Order: sequence, then C-alpha cells, then structure tokens
Amino acid sequence: MKLDSIPITLTRCAKTFRGARVLEPLDLAIGAGETLVLLGPSGCGKTTTLRLIAGLETPDAGGRVQFGDDDVTTLPIERRKVGMVFQNYALFPNLNVRGNIGYGLKIQRVSAATARERVDELLAMMRLEAHADKPVAQLSGGQRQRVALARALAPRPRVLLLDEPLTALDARLRDALRGEMNTLLRELGVTTVYVTHDQAEAMELGERIVVMSAGRIEQIGTPREIYYRPASRAVAQFIGTLNRIAGQWSDGMLRTLGGAVCASAQQAAGASELYFRPEDATLVDPASAALRGVIEQSTFLGERTRLVIGGAAPDAFFVDVAGRIELARGTPVGIAIAPEALIALA
Amino acid sequence: MSALPSRGRDEDRLSTRVEPRAPHRRSALPSARTWIAVAQWLVTLATCAFLVVPVVMSIVAGLTVNYFRGVASGLTLRWLEEVWTQYHASVFLSLEVAAATLAVTLATGVPAGYALARSRTRVSRMIEELLVMPVALPGLASALALLVVYGGYSAFRMSAAFIVVGHVVFTLPFMVRPVAAVCASSDLRTLEEGAASLGASFMQRFFTIVLPNARPGIVAGALAVLTLSIGEFNLTWMLHTPDTKTLPVGLADTYASLRIEVGSAYTILFFIMTMPLLVAMQWFGVATPDVATRRERNAGISHHQDSQ
Repeated sequence: MKLDSIPITLTRCAKTFRGARVLEPLDLAIGAGETLVLLGPSGCGKTTTLRLIAGLETPDAGGRVQFGDDDVTTLPIERRKVGMVFQNYALFPNLNVRGNIGYGLKIQRVSAATARERVDELLAMMRLEAHADKPVAQLSGGQRQRVALARALAPRPRVLLLDEPLTALDARLRDALRGEMNTLLRELGVTTVYVTHDQAEAMELGERIVVMSAGRIEQIGTPREIYYRPASRAVAQFIGTLNRIAGQWSDGMLRTLGGAVCASAQQAAGASELYFRPEDATLVDPASAALRGVIEQSTFLGERTRLVIGGAAPDAFFVDVAGRIELARGTPVGIAIAPEALIALA
Repeated sequence: MSALPSRGRDEDRLSTRVEPRAPHRRSALPSARTWIAVAQWLVTLATCAFLVVPVVMSIVAGLTVNYFRGVASGLTLRWLEEVWTQYHASVFLSLEVAAATLAVTLATGVPAGYALARSRTRVSRMIEELLVMPVALPGLASALALLVVYGGYSAFRMSAAFIVVGHVVFTLPFMVRPVAAVCASSDLRTLEEGAASLGASFMQRFFTIVLPNARPGIVAGALAVLTLSIGEFNLTWMLHTPDTKTLPVGLADTYASLRIEVGSAYTILFFIMTMPLLVAMQWFGVATPDVATRRERNAGISHHQDSQ
C-alpha cells in the first residue's frame, strides 16, 4: 500500500489553555513523505502539537497550519483527511474489527464492494484476517494497535498522525512492533508525525526528531545529530546517558580532578563544560593517561560492562566497555576520549 | 510431586505453631459463628416476610370470593374481571402516558446526559443538581407548581398531556443520570475524536458512536422512566381529572370506594403490568453482547444511582 504525501507547515502556532501557555509559538516544516518524531517528556507540548496538526485543537490567534498549499487552520479534524492512531487506540466497542476498519469508508459512502475489498486488504496487511469478525474487546494489545492503524489507513489519509501508539503495550511487544512500524511507514511513504516519549522509538522511526521540552522546541535534527550534537543540556540529558566534565579552562585544556581534557579551539570557544557518551571513552594505561580515575562500580550487562568511574571529574563517569572486561572496585584506570566525541555545551 | 511434601511440612509447622490455642477456639468460635449466622438468617427472613406477606395477602385477597371469610370461601377471577371492565381505560391511559413520557425523556434526556457528561463546567454541575430537585421535592409540590402556572389553559389542563408534563419533570433525572454516567465512564470523548479523525460529522458521530455506546445507560434510564411513570401517584393524583385517571389513581379510587377484593384485584393488574418491566430492567442490566465491558459500565451506573 502506497499513499500520497504532502508537506505540513506550522507557522507561529501557540496554544493557551485557560490562560496557561502549553505551547510557545512554534514553526515547523515537515517534508512530504517524511516521518517526523516529536520527542519529549510528558507535558512538553508534543501531544498538543500533534493535536494542532490533527485539527483537534486550534492554534491561538496568529498561528497557521498548512497541508501543502491548503490552509487548514480553521478546518475541523473531520475535514482534514488525516489518519490518527490514539494512545489508547479509541477503537469503537460497538463495532467488530471489520466495522472499525471500515468505519471511515462507510462515512465517505464508499461503495460496499470497494469498502470490503479495502478492508480485506488491510486485514491481510495487518495479519488480522482471523480476527475480522471479533469484537474489539476480545483482542490483545498488539492486535488492537494494528486495528487502530488499519482503521486510520483505510480512508487513504493525506497525513498519518500517531500519538504514542506503542506506549500501551508491554516492553517485549513494543520492541517487536517498533520494527514492524518502521517497515510499514517506509512502505506507505505518507507524511507521518509520531509522538513518543521513548527515545529508542524516536531513534528507530524518525527521519528527523523534534526534541521538545516545556512547550518549546529544543532541537530539530536527524537521530545522529540529536545524539552526537545535542544543542542544549536539556536535549543531551534527555537522549541517552551523558557524562559531564566540569573544570577550569586554561590554554584550550579543561582541567579537572583527575587530569585534563584536550579540546579543539572551536569547542573551547564559549563552552563551559564538556560532555561525552559512555561508549566513546576507552580505558588506557593510567601511567600515561591525561585523565585518571578509579573504578567505583562495575556492572556486567551481557554485551557490555558498565563501569562507574570516580575521581576523574566532580561527577562520576559512566563508561561502557566490552562485556568480557572485568575490573575490580578500586582499580585505577586511565580514560581517553577522542576529541571528535567530545560535546561542548555552554 | 517434589513440591507436595514440602507444602505438607509447611502446614505441619503452621499447625504446631497454632496448636496450643486451638482447642479453645475450636470449642468457642464455631458455635458463636453459628449463632450469628442463625440470627442473621432469622432477621433476613423476618424482614422478607414483613415485606412479602402483605403483597401475597393482597394478591390472595384479589382472588378470593370473600376476603373476610378467607380462602375457604373459594377462589375467583370475578374481581379481576370487574376491575378490568371498569378500569381498563386507565390501563391504556397509563401505558400511553408512560410511552409519551419515555419519548420525551429520550428526546431530551439522552442529549442532556451526553452534554452534561462532556461539559466539565460548574454550570453543568449545577444543572445536574437542579434536575434532581423534582425528585427531592414532594410530588404534590411540583404538581401544585404546574397547576399554578398552567392551570389556566383549560384544554391543556384537561388533557393527558398535562400528566405527561408532570411525569417528565419527575422522571427526567432518571434518564439523564445513567446516560451521563455511561457517557462519562466509557471515554466517549476519545471515541468521538477517533470517529472525527475518520471524517464523521457531529451528527454521524452521535448516531454511530455515541448512541450505541451509551445504550446500556439509555436502556436503564428508559426502564426506570417507564416503571416510575406507570407507578407515579403523588403528582398524578393532583394533576388528574375524572377523564385522565391513570392506573395508580384508579387504584386509590378502588381502595377508597369499593370492596377490598376489588382493590386487591387491581393490585394484581398492576403487578401484571410492572413485573415484566422490572424483570426487563434486571435482564438488560446483565445480558448484553459485550458482557465484560458492559458489566463494568453497568456497575458504574448502579454506583451513580446509589449516590443519588
């Protein structure tokens, strides 16, 4: 199944509920066929943004929502031709699986034969044929999720909007469905906005990720950009684990408890602290290392061992090494960090 | 197999620990419990008898030839026939009034319950409370108010429509409350958003999603309205004219002016009319296709009614 794709443009969209600003004025351009993930903690405004795009909320005066060249700001959701999957799926309990999937087609007064064909196609695509005539109350969480997706896709929406579609599922199923979802979205080629608070989901599904916090966009970028070049501490700390090196700058070096870290001139300019990811540090001989610490804790996690290293900087470091490496508490170690892996933040 | 012996050992350990006190309890506790159980049964049975015996007596009275001579005087359907010939008009009037009341409460109460459930403003909470006022007030007071205001329009005042108005005032909360409870509990708002996202207009959503999902509440409300309307006396007694006597008003008539056997026969007639409704009320409460979810919802409704 392949759907048409159109770009979405939000211009100065803000939202105030009963005098409380939940979304600061926001500009966002979503490319045709792109999968954009809105990522952030709860209350960051990501769901509100999605609801603005859906037409379930209208932006404060001055805001504008466009689908392609259509200004849809004042159109209610039922006239926007969007497909939406809700967090709890909002399946209709009075209809069976087939009835749910075919609901949008029935509303559009599609002929019964065409509708049946389309519903069958979607049932097959979602592997739901065996459940076609069951009431939705009898379905498992994963099946409900697929029904919700099929229902949203049936009327061939211009835009697909997903509000935490995997959050209601248990962890194992969530991991499996994330992959399926990814394949499906690539195949559909429809412009998709995906809201989640789960960074693994965001990384896997998003072509671009919008990190939001407190009603603002913190950063927009590809998963790699967000991970390796976070724009702010808020982003850096929300995505993955990050180690902070605090200290005093002198001669392009950041001097801290366990030694010094060499940074490029570009990084040193304007930065007050350096950060790095746990997997970007390597252990070296403490005798010749620029930065030294002591193993405080070592946790074997199977494919890797996570070390907690104290004494190198005011905050303990988390460093990931190969699973086979065993180090006792109290072992002195040297830490080397490749200059390009250092993240400088103001 | 290996688990069993260990479990047995555990039990042994437990019983040895308890044993020193066990003889006392074994002799004292069960007997006290038995006494309490017997007392509970007696109280319950006595209460049931207290409530049920008069009803049974009344039914028997309506079927005996002479109540004062007892059942020995023989059983007869004469009184029932007599009541039917004299009062069948009131049976039909009651049914008509109940149907009209139901129609009005459905048309107004269902949208009202839906709107009240969706709106979370203070005004809607006040309206919800105000709706219950006619239930809290004596029926005579509501009737008097209606008479004071509309008594002058004699054509209206003389018609059965006047009684319908009274019944609607009294029964509306019994429709609004369960509908509002279902609408509030089944997360209708999200279901509606789902329908809207699929292109459904407000009216389409209301008829394809809201009404079917509010059905348990509507059915509960409808049955309550029917039974209340058929049995309503206070209001109706004030509002009725000689031409618009409903079943309960006729019942009061027969008790007041005819022999007790006739009045009792009337009670039987009443039973025959209301029992099916009461049974239906219970039956619809449980037996719906989507048993699990509906049961939850029905539980919600009954809580709600309890709190009234």
